[in-house]
Amino acid sequence: MNKRLVFLTPLAIALGLGLILFTAIGKDPTKLETARLNDPIPAFNLKSLADKSKEFSEKDFIGKVSLLNVWATWCPSCRVEHGYLNTLADQGIRIIGLNYKDEREAALTWLKNLGNPYELTIYDPHGKLGFDLGVYGAPETYLVDQYGVVRYRHVGIIDDKIWNGTLKPLIEKYSPSTVKIQPKLQAK
Amino acid sequence: MKIQKNGRVFFFLIALVFTSSTLLANIDLYEFSSEANQARYKELTKELRCPKCQNQDIADSNAPIAEDMRREVHRLLEAGQDDRTIVSFMVDRFGEFVSYKPKVKPATYLLWYGPWALLILGIVIIVFMAGRRASKQNTETSDEFTQEVKEKQDKAEQSALLDQHEQVEKLLSRFKDD
Repeated sequence: MNKRLVFLTPLAIALGLGLILFTAIGKDPTKLETARLNDPIPAFNLKSLADKSKEFSEKDFIGKVSLLNVWATWCPSCRVEHGYLNTLADQGIRIIGLNYKDEREAALTWLKNLGNPYELTIYDPHGKLGFDLGVYGAPETYLVDQYGVVRYRHVGIIDDKIWNGTLKPLIEKYSPSTVKIQPKLQAK
Repeated sequence: MKIQKNGRVFFFLIALVFTSSTLLANIDLYEFSSEANQARYKELTKELRCPKCQNQDIADSNAPIAEDMRREVHRLLEAGQDDRTIVSFMVDRFGEFVSYKPKVKPATYLLWYGPWALLILGIVIIVFMAGRRASKQNTETSDEFTQEVKEKQDKAEQSALLDQHEQVEKLLSRFKDD
């Protein structure tokens, strides 16, 4: 009886460890936890990309659920997702741009050529707000609820799969019941 | 003149050998108000992990985000913040991931105590098995001992019997003679 115990204990431990490690297989190690999850957007005061005299702050997030999209002209993946962001904007999704560690002229040219999906674009040349948010690359997209609280972060490009599978349901969840996403969206 | 020039080229090439790309990778220069701060900066940038290039500390990485983190570490240090505040400043933004010494909490219990638990378990198993082996050997030797004793006793009994037998024989033969 004891002898059986001696042999079974290591086996049980090995199986337990194996199970724990097995659950981690296929997890993308570059996807980090979102430290700012369920925290309000950090306080900031940054200029508008389009209008140097205009300043934005965390208060500009309050009132409506929005996507905060971190982008830059030096980021190739941002170009990939840009068209998709345009279609989302056309469907009435509020997208706020965070132009991250970029040059104003280049960024404005980009928007002129590729279209502008952003209701407003925050110009953050030194990555200040980006740093406070925990941005470690672009593109990143945050879902911010109507109270200015971060509810989700997606690292990487937005495509059909991410939008329909994750972001759209979350936007619906955090939207006040009176505001429904336009039916055009469901038809797509 | 020509030799001198060649000599310079030679020394330049020698100098190149000692210039490594890792030295060039980290070129930001910071001034510190004290040597203690500089030492703490070195320590802290080794303790913080780069979120982008995941298996490097921020001292070692030349990713833009690591650069920003080094700048912030320097700024906070010079502002008089203590080490714990600086680390939690980073953890607040980038998550527990950036600390090479994560906090002890239920999610990190396995990480902190797992190896010790396994070590203790290993010791317990070894002690247990060693104890079993020792007691087994003890019973074996005592068995041998009793067997020996028994054999000796048997022999003694046998010889005693033989003696008796001989004496009886002797007595009998005496009677016969008479």
